Amino acid sequence: MEDLAAEVLQGSVRAMARIITLVENQDPRAFEFLGSIYPHTGRAYVLGITGSPGTGKSTLTDKIISVLRRQGHTVGVVAVDPSSPFTGGALLGDRIRMQRAAGDPDVFIRSMATRGNLGGLARTTADVIKIMDGFGKDWVIVETVGVGQDEVEIAKTADTTVVVLAPGLGDTVQSMKAGVMEIADLYVINKADRSGADSLVTEVRVRVEQDSHIKEADWQAPVLKTVAVEDQGTEPLLEAIENHRSFLEKSGRLEKVRREKTRQETLSLLTEEISCNILEKILGDGQFDDLIDDIVAHRKDPYTSVKEIVGTIFPEEQ
Amino acid sequence: MTGKKRIKVIMAKPGLDGHDRGAKLLARVFAEAGMEVVYTGLRQTPEMIVEAALQEDADVVGLSSLSGVHNYFFPRVVELLKENGLEEVLVVGGGIIPDEDVPGLKDAGVAAIFGPGTKTEDIVTFIQEKFSSN
Repeated sequence: MEDLAAEVLQGSVRAMARIITLVENQDPRAFEFLGSIYPHTGRAYVLGITGSPGTGKSTLTDKIISVLRRQGHTVGVVAVDPSSPFTGGALLGDRIRMQRAAGDPDVFIRSMATRGNLGGLARTTADVIKIMDGFGKDWVIVETVGVGQDEVEIAKTADTTVVVLAPGLGDTVQSMKAGVMEIADLYVINKADRSGADSLVTEVRVRVEQDSHIKEADWQAPVLKTVAVEDQGTEPLLEAIENHRSFLEKSGRLEKVRREKTRQETLSLLTEEISCNILEKILGDGQFDDLIDDIVAHRKDPYTSVKEIVGTIFPEEQ
Repeated sequence: MTGKKRIKVIMAKPGLDGHDRGAKLLARVFAEAGMEVVYTGLRQTPEMIVEAALQEDADVVGLSSLSGVHNYFFPRVVELLKENGLEEVLVVGGGIIPDEDVPGLKDAGVAAIFGPGTKTEDIVTFIQEKFSSN
């Protein structure tokens, strides 16, 4: 196969699209390409957009793209939608809302299916961001799947995380809960022309104020109103995002957070590599199936058995 | 579910008619068959469709038309795919297409035309067979 990584670095859109597919498929060649691209990453600013299904994440993303393009920035978008746990297939519909960017060569939109990952992103989303970053996109916007309350991976992936809410989905207690409500650097109340928007703004502001009493924080998440379909509130939203960005940069937080991110990513790569290699050894011979027979028949227990297997692989540590 | 190649389909409706029931149904049929389907919606220009195919690294482009624009739009999509180095992308069409137009569309590079009454599993099988070898 040709050197797709070199082509990406030279600006080939086709090569970028193809590497992303290899990464999604966990093709062994993908890691080689990612390795060559890595030195050229770290320049893009990563913006995360998350929120419940139907709150307007894709439409808002479309408007944000427009503002960034007017400012002369190039943009990559990763739009994640869920895979079926039953068939593995997926209907990826975020692109429909991002039509204004179509025909603009400086906007690259890629839809991704979660392929069984549960945190609101696909397992390989972070790698796809790196490819767009290495390609030279100034901004990479990541739109998560429509999340419930517990999908918070985006906060570990993006530099700035925007949580999009819409009126009519629950009472005050919803805004007090843990999970998604905790990860916002900015809250957006979209569909703000609908009834209930103002009280939702108040609820969320109360939460932010409570947060400032409960925990040390040098950043207070602003709460903004938008009507994305009418393109209302997009410019102020971008200003707020820029404010957060300069806060991160000036406080040295960006560097710290990115270091922690690198640590986590490297650790999980390492974990995966080690477990793949070791599992291959363990599962390669038929002994594991014999062991399962023993455990099913209650001749052995799984807890002691696992310790024993690890003991044979790392004898010195036991 | 990871580590496996999945057939990626762009489902698009070129032209100005708003009849997207068929396109939406097929998008779901393909997803149910385990494919990853990017639904791009109504009123797509050939340029928009090909750009989506390029960015999404699509294997298949499915075109649906009811208003009689197929003779222009379908071959134009094939042509633009070629111009962008995407000649390997399988183009299939459906909707209201008169029988006498089918040979011309096939000559232009459309792999198959599926009219009303086609069993959805036949369309799925057609696509899956095209990708079973690689």
